[in-house]
Amino acid sequence: MSVPIILFFVCALLAVVGAVLLILAREPIHSALALVLVMMSLAVLYLLLGAPFVAAVQIIVYAGAIMVLFVFVIMLLNAGVEERTDFSKIAKWAGVPLGFFLLLLIAHFLAHSSIGTAIATGTGAATQAADTRELSTQLFRQYLFPFEATSILILIAILGALVLARKDE
Amino acid sequence: MGFITQHPVLVVSLVKIAVLLFIVMTALAYLTWLERKVIARIQSRWGPYNVGAHGLLQPLADGLKFLFKEDMTPPTSDRLVYLLAPFLALSLALTAIALIPFGPPSVRVLGQSIFVVSDIDIGLLFLFSITSIGVYGVALAGWSSNSKYPLLGGLRSSAQMISYEVSLTISVVGVLLLAGSLSFNDIIEGQRGYWLHFIPRWHVVPQIVGFLCYLTAAIAETNRIPFDLPEAETELVAGFHTEYSSFKFAMFFMAEYANMITVSCLATILFFGGWLSPFPDSWTWQLFLPGAGLLLLGAYCAYDTVMNMRGIAQIQFAVVTLLAAGGGAISLYPPVAAVIQGPFWFTTKILLILFFYIWMRGTLPRFRYDQLMSFGWKLLLPVSLANLVITAFVIIWPLLRHG
Repeated sequence: MSVPIILFFVCALLAVVGAVLLILAREPIHSALALVLVMMSLAVLYLLLGAPFVAAVQIIVYAGAIMVLFVFVIMLLNAGVEERTDFSKIAKWAGVPLGFFLLLLIAHFLAHSSIGTAIATGTGAATQAADTRELSTQLFRQYLFPFEATSILILIAILGALVLARKDE
Repeated sequence: MGFITQHPVLVVSLVKIAVLLFIVMTALAYLTWLERKVIARIQSRWGPYNVGAHGLLQPLADGLKFLFKEDMTPPTSDRLVYLLAPFLALSLALTAIALIPFGPPSVRVLGQSIFVVSDIDIGLLFLFSITSIGVYGVALAGWSSNSKYPLLGGLRSSAQMISYEVSLTISVVGVLLLAGSLSFNDIIEGQRGYWLHFIPRWHVVPQIVGFLCYLTAAIAETNRIPFDLPEAETELVAGFHTEYSSFKFAMFFMAEYANMITVSCLATILFFGGWLSPFPDSWTWQLFLPGAGLLLLGAYCAYDTVMNMRGIAQIQFAVVTLLAAGGGAISLYPPVAAVIQGPFWFTTKILLILFFYIWMRGTLPRFRYDQLMSFGWKLLLPVSLANLVITAFVIIWPLLRHG
């Protein structure tokens, strides 16, 4: 096996373990840290796909900014250990098999779609947009309108958060 | 030998990592020595003086002391996170230094550039991604100790680092616009040449506002005076690392100094031309500057050894003298002199910035917490944003007029 393949399996395993830990951990900080683990593994996966820019942005935005704020808020509120409620019967007997079925479906369609083969053979759009210069040219020429629309959407969300937070005054 | 020729990248990288770790660890130790000496000078004291000549063995003694101290873990702490925090802080701080180019990429062994461990196209972005998760070390240390003062220290520190990281990043974007690249080597090479034949084309000249914002935000990011609120001892005992003892405390200590070095390296690369010399290439005598400097240092040490040192200190300082003089003699040999030009200028610039850091610590009082926050959000951020907008406008203006 080549090094990228081994790295892929290690990081994929780490991501899955982190995701499971996120749900199972009872201490909110542990959940948050597990989520950071998932994001870091995803960043390495992006690197393996030949997208270093996306990997770095993934770490800066998700692990470095959003999750730091999560941890900060958990610390500030000093959130206690979660109480565990009874597992619902339906979720246990219908949810888990259905979840696996969904996973199988996604895997099946990915394996047979053009995107899947393009990524596997390294000829897809992901490898073309790997170069940062190329990526920014695409983003600010061809996809300028969606980019600006997203920015305005985020700005509206920030203003909304401010308005909600200031309601009492 | 076959293994080395088959895997040059792996072998050279491992050697580079080992050498860099050794150099950085030594530099960290002697940075604490330098800091104590300079602060002592500012406060009219002697500073460390008894362990070795001029206290030169003090860092070693401190390291041994940390190793042999009792290592206590608070019984109510969150064991795993409590252990994780110092490791995270130190390993992230050291990883960041691997991206710094200490010399020109043209000096190569086995086809690998020897002055940088990892030369990647998006070096700057990657450095920011590493420093952005550096907050976790402090925040988790504060939380996992399960104690009042560390928690308050951790909270303060997270809030401070989040706030100042914004200004730090934005103040650097101006340089990125001028350089047009995220690669450290491109950014440095873009600063070659002169304005009016004598001012080096360093980004600090057009980006002086950006540099001041960067410097302020960087001092806050590394939790140093006047922004060392997370460990304000009069209010918070020792802040986030109150409950840490022995080597775990030493790891936080080392991480802080490693971060100082990283931040100074970044300032050197972005604003002061990295490993470029301030003098034109035609002045060939500058090749002998490092050697001459070391020889002068050796001469001073020799004088000091003979006149002021007694007993065992005399022998120790004689060794220092020989090291300096020998290093100076080797550096005068032309092929060596040519190779060490880049690292020499880089180190000189870093040392000047680090000296400024220490000087600040000896001079300024600490901010109050609310002052810190309003300074960061209401002054630093708008100024760095304005700097960015003006820089962008100046760059785009000729294009708009002619294009």
